[in-house]
Amino acid sequence: MTEIKADKVVDARGAQCPGPLVELIRAIKEVPVDAIVEVWTQEPRTKEDTKAWCQRSGHEFVGAFPADGYERVLVRKKR
Amino acid sequence: MAKAKVLVLGGGVGGTFVANKLAKHTDIIEVTVVDATGVHHYQPGLLYVPFGWEQPERLRHDERKLLHPAVQLVSAPVRMIDVERRQLFLLNDGTLPYDYLIIATGSCPVPEEVEGLAEGGHHFYTEPAALKLKEALNNFQGGRIVVGIGGFPYKCPPAPIEFTLLLDDWLRQRGLRSKTEITFVTPLPQVFTIPTVVPMIEELFARKGIRVETFFNTEFVDFQKQRVVSLEGTELDYELLVLIPPHRGAPVIDASGIGDKGGWIPTDKFTLQVKGHERLFAIGDATDLPVSKSGAAAHFEAPIVVKNLINLVNGKEPDAKYNGDVMCFVETGEGKATVLRFNYERPPQPPKPSAWYHWLKAIMNRLYPVALPRNIAPDVFIAMLQGKFSKVSPFCGSELMEKLKQDVMKTR
Repeated sequence: MTEIKADKVVDARGAQCPGPLVELIRAIKEVPVDAIVEVWTQEPRTKEDTKAWCQRSGHEFVGAFPADGYERVLVRKKR
Repeated sequence: MAKAKVLVLGGGVGGTFVANKLAKHTDIIEVTVVDATGVHHYQPGLLYVPFGWEQPERLRHDERKLLHPAVQLVSAPVRMIDVERRQLFLLNDGTLPYDYLIIATGSCPVPEEVEGLAEGGHHFYTEPAALKLKEALNNFQGGRIVVGIGGFPYKCPPAPIEFTLLLDDWLRQRGLRSKTEITFVTPLPQVFTIPTVVPMIEELFARKGIRVETFFNTEFVDFQKQRVVSLEGTELDYELLVLIPPHRGAPVIDASGIGDKGGWIPTDKFTLQVKGHERLFAIGDATDLPVSKSGAAAHFEAPIVVKNLINLVNGKEPDAKYNGDVMCFVETGEGKATVLRFNYERPPQPPKPSAWYHWLKAIMNRLYPVALPRNIAPDVFIAMLQGKFSKVSPFCGSELMEKLKQDVMKTR
C-alpha cells in the first residue's frame, strides 16, 4: 500500500474526546486547501466523529489507519 | 533542621484549599500563598450575575481571612517562575525563594483568539464581562440569541448549558421568550462533551424550544453585521451573542516557559507533580489534566498534592494518586438542578433534575468558604451572612490581567 503523506501531523494520543477532533479542526484552520492533516488518537470515537465532521464541513475523510497502540486519522482540506 | 519553604502560587479554590491543608504540617514546612491581589474570587457565582440573581461583590472574599492563621500571604503579582533557581520574580521587583512550589494559577478566557469575538460577543467568565452581559440583557427586547461554546478548552464545561437554561427562565419571566429564538452552538458532534449526559440535555433543550447547532466551530464574528460564521460554513445572525471564549493558562505560565502551547502545565495525572520537576506540583485549571477545569477538581486534587509533597519532604515516595474525581451541581432551569460525579474511569450518570439539587447548589454558593478546610474565622462567616465582602476587584478580568495577557501574546 502506498503511504499517504500528511502535510501536518498532530499527536493527540492520550487526549480524551473531543480532544483529538478539536486538535484536528485547529490544524485544518492552519493549513492551505488540499493539504492533508493527520491526527494520532487513542480514542475509538475519533474516527466516526471525524467522518461526521467531514460530511458536515465539506472536507474529505481520507481514512483511518491502525498504528502501534493508536490510530492515524487523515483529512484533506477541501475549501 | 530548617523548615522547607513551600510557596503556593495563586489564591483561588485550589491554592486556598491546598494551603490550609498544608497548615497542619507547619512543624516541618513554612507555607506562603502568593496571590496577585489578595482577593479570593468565587467564580461559579458569576453564572447568576447577568440575570441580576447574584451581586458580584458577594463573590469576592478577603484571601487573608480564608487562610489558616499559620499560612502567610504575599499579595503581589508574579512576573515569572525561575524553576532552575527555585524562585519567583515579583512584577514589582523582588524575588521569593522556595523549596517546593504548588502552581494554582487558574485559567483565563481569551476572546482575542477568535476574530471579532471580543468586539461582538458576550460571556460571563469574569466580573467585568458578566456585568457587561447583564447590561446587554437588560436592553434586550427580543430577537435571535446565539449562545454556546466559542472554542476549547474552557472552564466549567456545563456552565454554557446552565446559562442557556437559566436564560430561558429569565426570558419567560420577562415575557420575552415568545419573541426570542435561542440557538445553542457547539463545536462538538453532540450537545455536551460527556455522552452519558447528552440525552438529558437534549430532552431539556427540545422541551424548551432551544435549537441546537452541532459541529459549529466559530471561525469569526462579523460584529458589524451581527453574524457569527463557523468553519463548517454555517452563518447565524444574532441580536445577542453569548459565546464562551477558549481559555489559556495564566500569563505567568507562558512567561516562565513551563506550559504547553495552550499555557497549561504538563502534569502527572496521578501524582500531580509537574512533569520533569519533582518539587513542583500543579493543581486545578492550571494543569493539562483530562478533567474539567473547575473548582471541584481542584478540591479533590488538594489532598493528593498535600500527601505527596509531605512525603517528599520526609524523604519518601509521592505515592498518593488522584483518580480524576470531579463533582458539580448543574442548573437545569425552573428552579431545578442535577449533579455530575465522575472520574478518569467512571462517566457521570446524572439523576433526574430536582429542586433538592438546586437548593444544595444555592447553599454551597452562599456558604462555600465554610467548606474550606480548617479554622474559618467567625468574622468571615458573619460577614458572609451579612453580605459584606471585599471591595477590591478580583485579578481575573482585571486591567492588570489583561495587560499581562497582552504582553505574553505579543511574544508568542
